[in-house]
Amino acid sequence: MTSQETFDRLVARFPGFELEYVEGKDPAVLVKAENLVELAQNLRDEEECDYCSSITGVDYPEHFEVVYHLYSMKKEGGPVILKVRAEREKPHVPSVTPIWRGANWQEREVWDLMGIRFDDHPDLRRVLLWEGYEGHPLRKDFPGPQDEYTFS
Amino acid sequence: MTKLKTETVTLNMGPHHPSTHGVFRLILTLDGETVVDVEPVVGYLHRNHEKIGEKNNWIQNTPFTDRLDYISPMNNEFAYVLAVEKLAEIDPPERAKYIRIIMVELNRVANHLISIGFLLNELGCFFTPMFYALRWREMIVDLYEMTCGSRMMPNYFWIGGVSADLPEGFLPECKELVSALPGFLDEMEQLITENEILQMRCKNVAILPPEVATAFGCTGPLLRASGVPYDVRRAEPYSIYDRFDFDIPIGTVGDVYDRYLVRIAEARQSVRIVDQALRDLPEGETATPKKRKFKPPEGDIYHRTEAPKGELGFYLVSDGTENPYRYRIRAPSFVNLQALPYMCRGNKIADVVVVIGSIDITMGEVDR
Amino acid sequence: MQSIQGILEFIDQIFVNLSFWFSSLLANYLPEWAVTFIMMFATVLVLIVFGLASIIWINIFERKILGRIQDRYGPNRFGPWGLLQCVADMVKLLTKEDITPSRADRLIFNLAAVVPIVPTFMILAVLPFGRGMVATDLSIGFLYIVAVGSLGTIGIFMAGWSSNNKYSILGGMRTVAQMVSYEIPMVLSVVGVILLVGSLSMVSIVEAQGQWRLPFIVLQPLAFVLYFTAAIAEVNRSPFDLPEGESEIVAGYHIEYSGIKFAMFLLAEYVNAFSICAIATTVFLGGWQGPILPSWAWFFLKAYALYFLLIWLRGTLPRLRVDQLMNFAWKTLVPLALANLMVTALVAKLVPQHSLVGAIALLAANLVIIVCIVIVKYPRWKQDKREVVLVSRPPTPQMESS
Repeated sequence: MTSQETFDRLVARFPGFELEYVEGKDPAVLVKAENLVELAQNLRDEEECDYCSSITGVDYPEHFEVVYHLYSMKKEGGPVILKVRAEREKPHVPSVTPIWRGANWQEREVWDLMGIRFDDHPDLRRVLLWEGYEGHPLRKDFPGPQDEYTFS
Repeated sequence: MTKLKTETVTLNMGPHHPSTHGVFRLILTLDGETVVDVEPVVGYLHRNHEKIGEKNNWIQNTPFTDRLDYISPMNNEFAYVLAVEKLAEIDPPERAKYIRIIMVELNRVANHLISIGFLLNELGCFFTPMFYALRWREMIVDLYEMTCGSRMMPNYFWIGGVSADLPEGFLPECKELVSALPGFLDEMEQLITENEILQMRCKNVAILPPEVATAFGCTGPLLRASGVPYDVRRAEPYSIYDRFDFDIPIGTVGDVYDRYLVRIAEARQSVRIVDQALRDLPEGETATPKKRKFKPPEGDIYHRTEAPKGELGFYLVSDGTENPYRYRIRAPSFVNLQALPYMCRGNKIADVVVVIGSIDITMGEVDR
Repeated sequence: MQSIQGILEFIDQIFVNLSFWFSSLLANYLPEWAVTFIMMFATVLVLIVFGLASIIWINIFERKILGRIQDRYGPNRFGPWGLLQCVADMVKLLTKEDITPSRADRLIFNLAAVVPIVPTFMILAVLPFGRGMVATDLSIGFLYIVAVGSLGTIGIFMAGWSSNNKYSILGGMRTVAQMVSYEIPMVLSVVGVILLVGSLSMVSIVEAQGQWRLPFIVLQPLAFVLYFTAAIAEVNRSPFDLPEGESEIVAGYHIEYSGIKFAMFLLAEYVNAFSICAIATTVFLGGWQGPILPSWAWFFLKAYALYFLLIWLRGTLPRLRVDQLMNFAWKTLVPLALANLMVTALVAKLVPQHSLVGAIALLAANLVIIVCIVIVKYPRWKQDKREVVLVSRPPTPQMESS
């Protein structure tokens, strides 16, 4: 849960970024894709979020969303949750691999399974599926397995 | 003297190789015996777990998580169940909480035993330490079988509790095992730790400095061996971990030897936790009443736990229906594996398999 | 008393008498040269049959003991106590498809399966298995063993190279490096013994130990350890089994072999392992000499006891890395063997031969070297100790979450 204070501090520091506080079970910060790298850099250096736990792509009906869960190993604080939206046609967001090296494979996985491109990623290839695979299976419009089974 | 003209050799190691912990492929660039570069190729065990997870309903996913890291299934269930409970705001009964801790920590011991056994196997010990480790892992698995009828795929944790109360005879046997386990760990250390060849092979091999480990997002024993005392059980206590008294073992150098030592020390700490949980185990219910159709409220949640291999997180998005809208797994092995090329460069081929063993990966979790 | 000794003598010499009887039988019908020829041929045949048959016994012995070491039973399904398991394995190996990789160098690939086994059996020719039980008592016995033994390297390298597989090339390269390096300490450590005996003949080495009334392991304990260590590396057994290293380069040089050719490699390996034990028995443990039991029984008892040591090491030790292997040979074994040789030469010159004083002086000299090593090495062993740091801290207090 990103605390309200962290959000206020970020807003104060970056007035032009149009950050948005997303209420929910895990409150998050909604950030515009073009501002992501600068904000992430700042979070790592100033807020000591030196550890990028998880990068997730979610396929919502209107848009794609990439969710970053950031923690601080030094302060044992966190999480700071960033959400970035990408349009449905040719979705792309900037890569955070230069900031957290560990984001490399997770971003590749999101590209592989969800089809969200990461700009400036050093090595954006498929990681789990093979090169030349058609489509991105985690998208909602990707046909799932045909056999229907139910437990009753 | 003119320099000899040499060229590098590309060696394709795996996916069918005895020491790659499943179907894992490495493309090694070799200069003689020295490794110049490593490119890991994963995905041979990929079955799109997350897509299938979206098709399953919330309850069906619990047994499905057993298949992630099949060495430590209880931990996977624990993480998933906790995430769903956080999403649906369910509070399991006290007794269930304690039972869960007992199961999970026993599982951690089993996982570390296997991991040490395989590490020694990759050092060329011809199975002897592995058989010793497996003998004790077997006893832990016997306890699982006694409780839920299955040894490797228990499906014991339910959303809001555990599927059954502990059977009769579990407590005495578990207590006996817990009192015997430190003795076995001592025996293991006596037999292995001081071994000259093991020290030669493991010390100062594949050193991972703490800042690099953090940057790669490494977690678990791999990170702690590098000297970062980061344990989710302490940093962000979930369930009832704040009630137990245990230490975090950390390494001083960050090489393979430290990872081995940290694993053994962690197994000792887990035994300590089980001991305390057995002591404090309350009486009472073990599960909240189960609903036929489980529908958590809308929302998204990320919950992470300290699995034996590192930080296991579940990101769940619910749209209020019976099935999860998004079911994401942050697998520790997958993230830890990224540090492999960094650790292998400049070492010998024989070290590559040792480094893989010291990271402790399970392909079921890496490939999902 | 007389009769018991007579029986013992008869049992002791039973194989020698058999061969005399056979040759005199032949001498009735054939000219002398033919008898010599046939006898030589028969000896070779007996040795080869013995070598092949002992594999069955050695194999089951090894697997049973490994099983016990590893807290399991070992083979126990086929035959009484699983004793016929090896026969079943052999039948399986011999009936398997014999594959030659299409990209392999066919001639060398097929030849390589035979080459390692030839020197293996040639070594058996000079070993005295009992009193008078030696195929040929070569005056250059030990030199012959070293010369022939090093031929095996070529066969293994041929296999590694011709398979056209990267793992097998790596295994082949490792084999060459390892065998060439470890031959030197192996020979140097035995030179001390040869110095004391004054002969290279294996039979005289055994007899010299009779004259000393002590096996050479007492006079030269360091040399025995050095010899045995180097010899283990020479036959690629654990902890020096890098050429095979199944956990890193899968199976090394014989990765592409199957069926009968693979069986040949296996055979060569087992006979080799047995022959280093036999050589160590001859040179250091007094060979066939011993009280009461027949001489050949003593020989095999000692040889199998050493073989048990091999199995024990295999069951317990991890494998070295390739650079550490080389370091160990050149920085530890060779200097020690040289030091041992020099000290032995000096002491042997100063003290009388075949006397208790001489034996004590030699033993003392060896012990001095061992103590020196420990004094030099012990501080380093001590300071290398490392332990984990236990961080004890309370859990981080959590924010109130809904």
